[in-house]
Amino acid sequence: MTNFMLEARDITKVYRSEAGDIMPLKGVSVELAAGELTLLMGPSGSGKTTLLSILGCILSPTSGSLQIAGHATAGLSAEGMAGLRRRHVGFVFQSYNLVPTLTALENVMLALDLRGASRAEAPDLAWEALSAVRLSHRAHVMPSKLSGGEKQRVSIARALAGAPSVILADEPTAALDSENGQAVMALLAEVARDTRRAVLVVTHDHRTLKYGDRMIRIEDGRIASRARRRSATVADVELAPAA
Amino acid sequence: MHTTAEATSIAMPGRPMPARKGAMRLPMVPKLAYRNLFHDRLGLIVTVVGIVFSVVLVAVQFGLYLGSENRIAAMFDHAEGDLWVVPLGTKSFDDPAMLSGRERHNILSMRGVANVQELAVGFVNWRKPKGGSTAALLVGSEIRQGSALPWSVIEGSANALAAPSAVAVDSTYFQELGIARMGDRAEINNMDVTVQAVTKGIRSFTTLPYVFTTLSTARTLLGASADQSSYTLVSVAPGTSVEDLRAALTKRLPDTEILTHAEFRKRSLDYWLFETGAGAALIAGALLGIIVGMVIVAQTLYASTKDHLNEFATLRALGASASYINKVILIQAILSAVIGYVLGMVLNLIVIWAVEDSTLLIVMTPRLALMLLALTVGMCVLAALCAIFKVIRIDPAVVFSR
Repeated sequence: MTNFMLEARDITKVYRSEAGDIMPLKGVSVELAAGELTLLMGPSGSGKTTLLSILGCILSPTSGSLQIAGHATAGLSAEGMAGLRRRHVGFVFQSYNLVPTLTALENVMLALDLRGASRAEAPDLAWEALSAVRLSHRAHVMPSKLSGGEKQRVSIARALAGAPSVILADEPTAALDSENGQAVMALLAEVARDTRRAVLVVTHDHRTLKYGDRMIRIEDGRIASRARRRSATVADVELAPAA
Repeated sequence: MHTTAEATSIAMPGRPMPARKGAMRLPMVPKLAYRNLFHDRLGLIVTVVGIVFSVVLVAVQFGLYLGSENRIAAMFDHAEGDLWVVPLGTKSFDDPAMLSGRERHNILSMRGVANVQELAVGFVNWRKPKGGSTAALLVGSEIRQGSALPWSVIEGSANALAAPSAVAVDSTYFQELGIARMGDRAEINNMDVTVQAVTKGIRSFTTLPYVFTTLSTARTLLGASADQSSYTLVSVAPGTSVEDLRAALTKRLPDTEILTHAEFRKRSLDYWLFETGAGAALIAGALLGIIVGMVIVAQTLYASTKDHLNEFATLRALGASASYINKVILIQAILSAVIGYVLGMVLNLIVIWAVEDSTLLIVMTPRLALMLLALTVGMCVLAALCAIFKVIRIDPAVVFSR
């Protein structure tokens, strides 16, 4: 039986304004399975970012239901939503969003501090996270001295720290060159192999297809297609329509 | 680079974090606050300069206020007595009139009176030895061994005032009184006087020099009768209620007011500090300092918060509670306050040292220093509210559009 770390059912989002209602999501259902990397693709304005914000408990849906690691979000206050994403969601942002006044290690420790790590365990966990992204040798470097690829790896280490159930990555390769982009995707694929975790990557980049276990295509606020990797190897990048 | 689905996963780091109550937390909030503050050096300098300016302004204004209080209350702090018998309508010690002259014997005949002292106080014309004259406030008291008035005698002695026409003046008034040393002569109300004692640091709030002498000399110089005085100080005998004696004195002495020591002290302070507006001006100056400081700190903290808005939005997206972010801003404010306070107090002590020998009296007490610290921190915390209001409205979704 598939172990879903995140389940979203019939999600809609409506922005009301004097000029008229805008509906970027029109009944979207998404499941993220543990141990899988799911790619979310679609053209600009298709609703990817809105969906990502809702799946990450940053926005509340207008209707529909969302469960993360078995916790329903319905009726949660802003602080309740913050608590849920603190405990169960790790984010990787397109622009890294590292705190520029903290070193790589401190950026990871900041995430651990938010997640309630104690003074005794946090440094070891932060080192482990940086080691996992093969960046422990740059632990004491400020973000301004890191390359784009290194910044994104710190960002992944920050998302990993505290072992959240779901990692949501927003265009993680968009600001990187091809080589660094591939490296970051490979790293996220590694991250997704952990059966206690699901990874969702929003991307425009078709070169990332080979890293996905599943692909969801969204258009005009609706799921246009779903596909699952046909072969276990990434050499076969063809994705078959999902059952 | 490994890319197979079967590849080893990154099974890290450890387990999900449960909320641990009571565990020692990382010092990330103060670290972030400190780094944010010192990251923008120019902003920090502007903030600290604003706080220093505010601290010095407030400290000087309150210091002057306390100095004024000390000067107004100096006579009370050195006079001995529980009750003051004063002419009806007396506004302050420096607003003297003469009692009728029957008070002393009347009071001494009452039960519960331990001691009575009289003071003859009045404005006089001091004629300088080399010409010219100035007004002065003559204070005549019963000079005896261990007399409280005058105090801080640095040359001669209080007992030397027992000599005919002897007076004591303060060294800080030498120039104003046209004299240079002990033994110099002058005239008070056209009568010769000789400076037989010199004090240091007895200055009046009104700028009129105090001139001390004996009660009898003062009566002569003021043209008062041999039993007249301005104030009669009554010491209450042990076991007697001050209030009971006051009630009895009030019945016995018409056209007078019987005030406790504390009441007359307060009346004098209130008169000079509030009825004349002098104290209100000092307090207004202090308030201005607080407002200026608060505006500067609010502006710089707000600007700093705006500069770091993306980071605060990221923190919020990562699940930081509002209170976590508020703590970062508040610690920034408190750090700014402490730095500004320390520098401001150092500057203030330099100002106090610089005016030590001038006519200004700026007082700094441990209590005032603590109050200023609390005021500075409070001012900075209030100023931080603008930044907090900005931060609590952050939409964490902006992290996806940057």
